[in-house]
Amino acid sequence: MKMEKEILELSDVTVRFAGDSGDGMQLTGMQFTNTTALVGNDLSTLPDYPAEIRAPIGTTYGVSGFQLHFSSMDIQTPGDSPDVLVAMNPAALKVNVKDLKHNAYIIININAFDSKNLKLAGYETNPLEDGSLEGYNVIQVPLSKLTNKALEASGLSAKEIGRCKNFFALGMMYWLYSRPFEPTLKWIKDKFKDSPLIGSANEKALMAGYYFGENTELFTTRYQVEPAKLPKGVYRNISGNEALAIGFVTASVKSGLPLFLGSYPITPASDILHELSKHKNFGVRTFQAEDEIAAITASIGAAFTGALAITTTSGPGLALKTEAVGLAVMTELPIIIIDVQRGGPSTGLPKKTEQSDLQQAINGRNGEAPVVVIAPSTPAECFNMALEAARLATKYMVPVLYLSDGYIANGSEPWLIPNPEEIPEISVKFRTEKEGFAPYLRDENLTRPWALPGTPGLEHRLGGLEKANISGNVSYDPENHEFMVRLRAQKVKNIENDIPELEVTGDIDADLLVIGWGGTFGSISEAVTRVRKNGKKVAQAHLKYLNPFPKNTEEVLKRYKHIVCPELNMGQLAKFLKAEYLVDIDSFTKIQGLPFKSSEIETKIENVLKGI
Amino acid sequence: MIDNGTKENLTTEIKYSSKDFATSQDVRWCPGCGDYAILAAMQRIAPELGIKKEKMVWVSGIGCSSRFPYYMETYGMHSIHGRAPAIATGVKINNPDLSVWVATGDGDLLSIGGNHFIHACRRNIDINILLFNNKIYGLTKGQYSPTSEKGKKTKSTPFGSVDFPFNPLSLSIGAGASFIARALDRDPKHLQSIIKRAAAHKGTSFIEIYQNCNIFNDGAFELYTEKESKADNTIMLEHGKPMVFGKNMDKGIVLDGLTPKIVRIDEGEFSVNDLWVHDEFDKSPARASLLAEFQELEGFPHPVGVIREINKTTYDEEFHAQINNVKKQKGEGDLKKLLFSGNIWTVN
Repeated sequence: MKMEKEILELSDVTVRFAGDSGDGMQLTGMQFTNTTALVGNDLSTLPDYPAEIRAPIGTTYGVSGFQLHFSSMDIQTPGDSPDVLVAMNPAALKVNVKDLKHNAYIIININAFDSKNLKLAGYETNPLEDGSLEGYNVIQVPLSKLTNKALEASGLSAKEIGRCKNFFALGMMYWLYSRPFEPTLKWIKDKFKDSPLIGSANEKALMAGYYFGENTELFTTRYQVEPAKLPKGVYRNISGNEALAIGFVTASVKSGLPLFLGSYPITPASDILHELSKHKNFGVRTFQAEDEIAAITASIGAAFTGALAITTTSGPGLALKTEAVGLAVMTELPIIIIDVQRGGPSTGLPKKTEQSDLQQAINGRNGEAPVVVIAPSTPAECFNMALEAARLATKYMVPVLYLSDGYIANGSEPWLIPNPEEIPEISVKFRTEKEGFAPYLRDENLTRPWALPGTPGLEHRLGGLEKANISGNVSYDPENHEFMVRLRAQKVKNIENDIPELEVTGDIDADLLVIGWGGTFGSISEAVTRVRKNGKKVAQAHLKYLNPFPKNTEEVLKRYKHIVCPELNMGQLAKFLKAEYLVDIDSFTKIQGLPFKSSEIETKIENVLKGI
Repeated sequence: MIDNGTKENLTTEIKYSSKDFATSQDVRWCPGCGDYAILAAMQRIAPELGIKKEKMVWVSGIGCSSRFPYYMETYGMHSIHGRAPAIATGVKINNPDLSVWVATGDGDLLSIGGNHFIHACRRNIDINILLFNNKIYGLTKGQYSPTSEKGKKTKSTPFGSVDFPFNPLSLSIGAGASFIARALDRDPKHLQSIIKRAAAHKGTSFIEIYQNCNIFNDGAFELYTEKESKADNTIMLEHGKPMVFGKNMDKGIVLDGLTPKIVRIDEGEFSVNDLWVHDEFDKSPARASLLAEFQELEGFPHPVGVIREINKTTYDEEFHAQINNVKKQKGEGDLKKLLFSGNIWTVN
């Protein structure tokens, strides 16, 4: 007999899917995300890839996870601690259980909890029996068996059937959170159109999971999360790397410059190269170079000849590109260097996030070599900041260093898609006039002319040796050197007049200001919101421009009694702010390769407020 | 907007003189340096290449030879150590309409820039690389280079170097360059003819130029460049011609299987008809490789001239053909379509 199940309204849920790297957890998570987006919830996601591509099955180092936070309200982060964990095997349970909320649901594939898998996961006793999961709601589902049963007539091999069990889990979760299954059915049809057998097996597994949810007595309650009240418009769920890539395609269209990407594959930046390689119909020129140095120097060559030239990398790659960034400073060519930061130093933690390249970005070159440094604060903002990087680089003939990080690059959120016609043009002028031309002439912005090879009468030589003012000839003159060093610095400094002021949100008149930069925006915002909900006053500011700083930065900082600066490094921004403005900064840091939990920042703020 | 898709004619009816290719900069190489002769040869032949000077781009790295772009009244970039081939690659990809040249030295190209060199050759990007090989580091005042002979005594190797040198010709053959030649700073007429061939060739052209550094490695190529010894120690390659050399043109090279041998052709046993006939266009790299290795064989003359020229598609051609194909298949990119793609939904 079918039970009538209670439907419980929730405002906010965090789900984590976890399994072997071959279990299809990223795909399951993405499907759940896309469907959730269609339902109209606000959401934020974070994948957690294992370091190994295909680690031995069943081991903890092969566990792949995908976390999704969805809500009927405005949310900023993928959630501190999951409310629900779907664990496909003991290793997935072991890796993830410590992150869960008290009383969280753990849905496990009981068929995978045999002695072999328990041993592979490093469990000495079975956690389902030894009481270690007390305090959680464990739901044991014979997921493998049920999938096998549903597909016994499918004509697929046992191995192929095994691969469908993620769709069973997905179907079950769809039922549990009242999500429609149609979007995934449609996706399967399209994805597996060339292998209909597999496609129909996945469909069957999905539906079997869904109806299992409806019929089983394991679930007594079903949940619902109402759509969020997002601003009107058309949305798309987008990751930081995707947003960045199509942002630069848009910048190419808006500037009329061909987009050139010189890149060498590196985690977590490679997805930008992959994405841009798809868009050759926009005339995008992607060059996979022999190394990091060739990637940036080819971009410099492309910038010389009039491309919107970018190069993408992560920390160790930026270190290799250092000398070439200096060449771009000296030749005053507009290249954009994108560093998707990861844990360092050296190879560090390739798949984990960190904000520890700020010093490298601002100061990491020989000589006085200022570049513009900008950082988006959310996945969707990677789009706008791409346009901004292109605007600044071409307007000022200056290298722009764009600091993304692994957290926002791989994380995703709904993006209100802008009307492309309303995106402003990026106006670029090439010098063609012969009369009075010199390669290092200056306009009112101190910008030198961009004169492309192929233009008759403007033949000139650039290079890394110091340039004589205006003529651009090689000069070893002491006064000229000082003049040119100061001029290049002034040019970058003046950009403070062409960028938005630092905005303060929250309680502008509070005693405490929390200031951050880059990908920590979501965690800081959520923490500030929570503290303010508790009736306390906090102000928040977030820097998107790190060099130069916005013009009003000093004025903002000096308004507050106490300033907390949360960063995923050892306090790099805090150091710059202290040095630049002689203010005291309470540096709050975390260096675990993980983003801040909002609760960590919340606790910090609460503690500081107690002392003010 | 620059137009990179079309292959506009590089050539010109404008009559240039060699002076049109000289800049106002004082040339600052040491008096007597072989670089002067190479610069003069380039400036002399440039008007005959049929390339508008605004379409010519010279890229260099670091080293004495890398000052070259400052002296050519064309576009140019004196860049950073070893990276000229990579910068030139970016220039050529972004504007295939340009004629792109790299001036480089043995340290710049074969040591710090070795990776970029082999990958430029591998891709067969349509650029011209002039290697000024003087077998020494000049600008840093006299350390041994990757082409210095083993045992070379220099400031950094007072007891002699213990490492084997690169053979630039073998390296370029192995890496896939499609035009490979050798020339001498002391034979400007021949050098000019080789430059002209390189300019006409589509794909990576590589010219190794024996260049004398009279300060730190004077006479390194004396045997091959000086009148009294040149004929016996070099062999001037000509396509379709038997390999004859020597002061009296009485010596030749025969191929015994894969083993080259020096024979006399004036003693009756061998005649000119028995000799190896040079084929620049041989598709197989086997014979070109043997020629490249002459310099390692005791008593063998160093070949001078075009070692190899083969026809294969260039990277820049294929690169843009692919873009044009995708445009044809998918239609020109439409921003609205791009932004509004994927899993979209509407909030009312």
